[in-house]
Amino acid sequence: MSDKGHASSRPFTSPIASMVVTLIAILWTVPTFGLVVTSFRKKEDILSTGWWTAFKNPTFTLDNFRAILFESGGTVGEQGMIPFAINSLAITIPAVLLSVGMGLMAAYALAWIPFRFSDHIFYGLFALQGVPLQLSLLPLLTFFATGVQLFGHTIFPQLHIVGTLASVWLPHTMFGLPLVIYLLHNFVAALPREVMEAARVDGANHFEVFRRIVLPLSVPAVASIAIFQFLWIWNDLLVALVFAGGTDDVAPLTLHLANLGGSLGSHWENVAPAALFSIIIPLIVFFSLQRYFVRGLLAGSVK
Amino acid sequence: MITFGSLFSSSWPKIFQILAVIVIFFGFYGIAFAAGARIKGKKQNSLAIALFLVPALILVMAGLGIPAIQTFIESFKNADSSQWVGLKNYTNAVKDPDIRLAFINTISWVIISPVIVTTLGITLATMLNKMKREAFAKSLIFMPMAISFVGGSLIWNLMYAYQEPTHPQTGLVGQIMVWLGFELKHLLLWSPWNNLFLMVVYIWGFTGFGMVILSAAIKGIPTEIEEAAQLDGASGFRLFRTITVPMVRTTIIVVLTTAMVGTLKLFDVIHTMTGGNFKTDVLSNRMFDENFVYLNYGRGSALAVLIFLGVIPITYYNIRSLRLERKH
Repeated sequence: MSDKGHASSRPFTSPIASMVVTLIAILWTVPTFGLVVTSFRKKEDILSTGWWTAFKNPTFTLDNFRAILFESGGTVGEQGMIPFAINSLAITIPAVLLSVGMGLMAAYALAWIPFRFSDHIFYGLFALQGVPLQLSLLPLLTFFATGVQLFGHTIFPQLHIVGTLASVWLPHTMFGLPLVIYLLHNFVAALPREVMEAARVDGANHFEVFRRIVLPLSVPAVASIAIFQFLWIWNDLLVALVFAGGTDDVAPLTLHLANLGGSLGSHWENVAPAALFSIIIPLIVFFSLQRYFVRGLLAGSVK
Repeated sequence: MITFGSLFSSSWPKIFQILAVIVIFFGFYGIAFAAGARIKGKKQNSLAIALFLVPALILVMAGLGIPAIQTFIESFKNADSSQWVGLKNYTNAVKDPDIRLAFINTISWVIISPVIVTTLGITLATMLNKMKREAFAKSLIFMPMAISFVGGSLIWNLMYAYQEPTHPQTGLVGQIMVWLGFELKHLLLWSPWNNLFLMVVYIWGFTGFGMVILSAAIKGIPTEIEEAAQLDGASGFRLFRTITVPMVRTTIIVVLTTAMVGTLKLFDVIHTMTGGNFKTDVLSNRMFDENFVYLNYGRGSALAVLIFLGVIPITYYNIRSLRLERKH
């Protein structure tokens, strides 16, 4: 096989392929770039000309960011954008911790503790993972407000969490668990049987096996799924709208941003930097931990 | 001026809550593990199940299982769930022209966008394979995955921004139309094409997913197979069609079905960009509006059930392949 054979080992390998790829990569980046440029432009400029003309006679400014972050009583809220970022963190961190923590333990139980119905529970969880969360939103909201009554008996008490951060991170935990359990089960079930059995022979019980063997070995899998969950929850709008829609006090960035997009639609001097501010943290997480993130994606899709 | 002091005084209770959740979670399981480690014999199995599995199961049942059944029941009741109305919510939904449009739009979303995402994904994955700067190009195309669909919608709102033809355009797409000599349109109001412009946002956000997954599958094709095909004279598009595509068939189906479920449930883009106006409504957004704007719980629940019915064949298919896989 000569040079020709080597080249054809890559279908589509040609200058055309490079051009197509380059073109798509540019197309995919330009919209975000436009937002970045716009957030640094002056209000008058944004209104009168397109952002791509900004490089002819550049007059960039940081005023937009000062306005959305540090100006009290401004258009983006009494305290600016930062409190919404804190809400996002206060929703995302507990939900990721609980769903991944409880998910790992449940995955271990389903994979390594033999008991009746273990398989049924596993398939049931897998099926629930396909249930659109739309199906659960309204009853769950009522459930938080009034508890669950059956024939006049309270079978689950009312939780006094309506309008609090817990009423947002708890649904995220609930909705996230089936997928997290499934993905971590794939990983935990594949741990070497000899290692587990050797520990059991040495007298270690499930608690010790989990803490000494499963937990340390699962760190990479847990990391990738935690990043996945983090981005998923940070970027969610629907759950936030339903469970935090009533009050700015617990609204995450996405919800506030969606409201701004509606009310300040054409005020790009506010909307653009606010949008950029909201995607900064997920972008940092994504670029610094991309390898883990991709691994998590692959674990869920191709085995 | 917002000072650090004022920010801190309003935020510290929330920061305290984050810490409290962390401390309670680790505290509870720390004690449970310390106590559990002492227990030997048969009891430890039940105790481990009770502490490892039962809490998660309770949360899943309370959050997904029971509410889903309730929604199913609600869908046979009237607007304020005070009376049974049989199948009326479903028949009315089909008759209502707005909801019928939402149906049609949802179906076009579910057919068009997954096909584009998958086609683009496999094309990019194949072209990028072993190309120079593969990782860099992948990162750029994959990046929108990290951006919320709310953020993505605003980014594209800016792309689609419209000014009167007498003014300089502020949206790049409109400007390009002007440069190319097309008639200038307010893209988000231009029915039915505005549905396609909304799909662009989803495709932009999700193609990276398809590309990365398919790329991993392509790299998994044994080189001997490719080489054998080349010895037979296959190259370029023929190699792609006869070797690459069949070898990654399962992964193509994974990407297609994931995107189908995603578009069936898609809400953020419509809610943020058009609010379902200008003939762009879809089931998921309509369901939200019925429940939280028109306060018609019966009909909202019926729409949620319909979305679920759309997901069932895909879930069924996935469970079947999972069972087959586990048997091996």
